[in-house]
Amino acid sequence: MKAGYINLDNWQLGFAALLIVLNLAISVWLRLGLARSLLVASVRMVVQLLLVGFILDSVFALSTPLPVVGIGVVMAALASVAAVRRTRRRFRGIYWNSLLSTLGAAFVVTGAALAGIINVHPWFAPQYAIPLLGMVLGNLLTGVSLALDRFMLGVARESGVIEGDLALGATRWEAARPLVSEALRTGMVPTINAMMVMGVVSLPGMMTGQMLAGAAPTAAVRYQIVIMFMIAAATALGTLAVILLAFRRLFNKRHQLCAARVQNVEKGDGGN
Amino acid sequence: MDGRTLWHDLDLTVRAGERVAVAGASGSGKTLLLRTLAGLEPVQAGDLSFQGRALADWPMPAYRARVVYVAQRPALPEGQVEAALRGPFRFRVHRHQPFPLDRARELLVMLGRDGKFLQQRTERLSGGEAQIVAMLRALLIAPDVLLLDEPTASLDARAVAAVEALVNGWLQGNPQRACVWTSHDRDQLQRVSDRVLSLEAVA
Repeated sequence: MKAGYINLDNWQLGFAALLIVLNLAISVWLRLGLARSLLVASVRMVVQLLLVGFILDSVFALSTPLPVVGIGVVMAALASVAAVRRTRRRFRGIYWNSLLSTLGAAFVVTGAALAGIINVHPWFAPQYAIPLLGMVLGNLLTGVSLALDRFMLGVARESGVIEGDLALGATRWEAARPLVSEALRTGMVPTINAMMVMGVVSLPGMMTGQMLAGAAPTAAVRYQIVIMFMIAAATALGTLAVILLAFRRLFNKRHQLCAARVQNVEKGDGGN
Repeated sequence: MDGRTLWHDLDLTVRAGERVAVAGASGSGKTLLLRTLAGLEPVQAGDLSFQGRALADWPMPAYRARVVYVAQRPALPEGQVEAALRGPFRFRVHRHQPFPLDRARELLVMLGRDGKFLQQRTERLSGGEAQIVAMLRALLIAPDVLLLDEPTASLDARAVAAVEALVNGWLQGNPQRACVWTSHDRDQLQRVSDRVLSLEAVA
């Protein structure tokens, strides 16, 4: 590869790691009790990234579509699990619902962008497909988990109002519509907020990376614009799909609310 | 429910014009019975039919437009009372009939409330006022059967009498109507019903 940028050797990484000493010092001084987690997190971050670097080196050398698609499915599956693990209320089949929505939305949008907008040849070129899919998934999973959480909270808290409407002759859709809208709005908010301040408050990581690699800022922002529209479309599609699937699971064909199918999880863990 | 059998060999027929009371201790399944009659709970075993047609053959919204259940502690949508009363008229089953605002005012007067009550916010209502609004929501869509779950549990004596009179008046308005009522108050059940069904917990 031609290097329009400075390659970092192990010594330079070592010096960068010294920066964490700053965090450790603050944690010890103020007795935050974070020293252990900081160390574990740092080691995990370094190991995970070095590993992923090796894997991607070989992935980028792939010249057939099947392994690339396979890696994409694994990435989508991991994202869908992470999305569910952030919710506090679940039902049987929620992981499948999340997988179906995440996979479907991310693949449709990324595929359309690769083949129809960016015109990559071949369409599955991993150097484009994998990072774009990764960015779409990272944002999509936030939307899916927020929307699911809001929907389930609504089912739990507003079951009285919902059943009140059902008892007066509402269809399951009429009774659940306010909840569905609220959940979709909640899922879309982070993406809308991000677009609002993009370039003003935040310089997105991908854009920064392209500029470090020698791309002209005017060229880098073009990619960022495409990726933001991809993220927005995928989030809308994915949250809509996951909420509709949850709706079908919690409201049966006899227009009954099956609130007993909702189980509380002690606390949603962060996942990573 | 939860693996328990609450009742079996239950055989209940409600005829047009009839007022049936359901009595039983707490936990005997009075609420569950009414919710089952309203089609809000899946029937675990047995048959239910309305107007000679099995419940399974009724489209649920059409059935519930005629057999209306009013919960003991009704939850109302956020907003003004009038909006809560109008809400059901946006459902497909009720869309053909206009919202009867005059009738709502008339019923409120019978319950001792003036027109300003319509502008109150549902979040601020007391338990008894919420019961009144839920009752109005049910009456305004003109059902055939009312399933009332302790409808006067949070009301004072005067309001109780008003609600009883209201339901009786509604029943007399059409001989096709019928009402099933649960209450802890034995005297009330005597007043508002023609016959009492006693649920006894399965030992």
